[in-house]
Amino acid sequence: MMSNMKSMIDLNKIDVQGGKVRNSNQDAHQEPVNVLEVRNLNFYYGKFQGLKDINLNIEQGKVTAFIGPSGCGKSTLLRTLNRMYDLYPGQRAEGEINFFGENILAPGQDLNLLRSRIGMVFQKPTPFPMSIYENIAFGVRLYESLSRSEMDERVEWALKKAALWNEAKDKLSQSGLSLSGGQQQRLCIARGVAVKPSVILLDEPTSALDPISTGKVEELVHELKNEYTIAIVTHNMQQAARVSDYTAYMYLGNLVEFGKTDELFIKPQRKETEDYITGRFG
Amino acid sequence: MPDKHLSSQFDADLNSLSSRLLEMGGLVESQISTAMRAFTQMDIDTCNIVIENEKLVNDLEIEIDLACTELIARRQPIARDLRLVMAVSKAITNLERAGDEAERVAKRTKRLIESGSPHNINVAEIRLSGQMAINLLRRSLDSFARLDTIAAAEVVAEDRQIDEEFRGFVRKLITYMAEDPHIISTGLDMLTIAKAIERIGDHAKNIAEFVIYVSKGSDVRHIPHEDLVREANKP
Repeated sequence: MMSNMKSMIDLNKIDVQGGKVRNSNQDAHQEPVNVLEVRNLNFYYGKFQGLKDINLNIEQGKVTAFIGPSGCGKSTLLRTLNRMYDLYPGQRAEGEINFFGENILAPGQDLNLLRSRIGMVFQKPTPFPMSIYENIAFGVRLYESLSRSEMDERVEWALKKAALWNEAKDKLSQSGLSLSGGQQQRLCIARGVAVKPSVILLDEPTSALDPISTGKVEELVHELKNEYTIAIVTHNMQQAARVSDYTAYMYLGNLVEFGKTDELFIKPQRKETEDYITGRFG
Repeated sequence: MPDKHLSSQFDADLNSLSSRLLEMGGLVESQISTAMRAFTQMDIDTCNIVIENEKLVNDLEIEIDLACTELIARRQPIARDLRLVMAVSKAITNLERAGDEAERVAKRTKRLIESGSPHNINVAEIRLSGQMAINLLRRSLDSFARLDTIAAAEVVAEDRQIDEEFRGFVRKLITYMAEDPHIISTGLDMLTIAKAIERIGDHAKNIAEFVIYVSKGSDVRHIPHEDLVREANKP
């Protein structure tokens, strides 16, 4: 209990120190800030090693994409960033993941608080079986005590952030499940945004969506990166090229190449990366 | 490492682009040779062949450009595939302009013949630089076909010799025109022809620079020659 309290205090301190994203005018004059620093990370599913000595930084206010063939460890890496793997027995991570300098892999972290600071959206839309309004208010109530009008404002704010307000404002009391697939996914993003996290993790967020909905989510990623740091796993190479500032190519649990997206997609440094992104992967 | 795409049609499309580029290169090379023959022999019929065939060069440019656009639309190439498509698209623009220069040589030669003005201008530099330009263009296309960056760097270096020949000819032409103002009109036609050949050398050089871009990913335009050679020799 004491250790939980301690980590909650530490994480709250993080919020105060680093939760605010600098605007782009300031960026020109300041060194980039790393929200997450992954150091010597190894991950195990029982005896199987899913990630091998991963080292990389996730920069604040940027979109970082993870690409690679199925089973390469990109989703595994994403799931370590907010310790989502802790929900499953037999899975463990070694090394360090520093979130604004605080090692989140250290024992005693408040995982619920951590996951509110580092939110996640999954491949398939997962709205709660409740109203659109409650889908968003539910998570907010866990961390904040807001009046009815404040909560109304927060719900509207989150739905606007997720570019869903115009479509949903007249049916807030209807079930979240009544929305289309693309709308449901944006509702999940709104739900994540509503608790005002620092980082949003997107695990193949558009793989179940049609091209129009995909376009809307990509547009949303572009909008959100002004205020949040985003890490996205995608199988769609063009999507990584379109939405991200940095791209990491992973293969068999290793980080093969990590660099600026513009450079990686025009002139990758490693032949393995080039063979994969150009479709020469045998 | 495999060098073929998972999609063999993608490979076929990319190979087709390269082949069409070389086909167009062959046509332009032949246009320049014919134009130089027309100039050397002062033959109107040969001039007319070049002028008529110019349309074929233009048609090929449009065809290959369309193929590049279609490939981008269908395949969204990236990395070295993207660099290849971009390089082909730029190389055909250079070839088309080299074709225009061949036509310019033919048209000016035709005008020289039709004006019938006698002159005693020594045109050895024009003939020599014409041969050098044809040779340079052929080698730039060879280096493109084999993605041979070392050969491409040599093409870039040798373009300077054509430039030097051109400058030498201009110096000589000025003395001719100063001595005999009656040949100024002929001299200006000669100058245009010499400049056209010098430009063909520049287009060959540009194509050679694209070879280094495709193969190494480095943009070597407008950089010191030593840096270009270093990029060309990168593993």
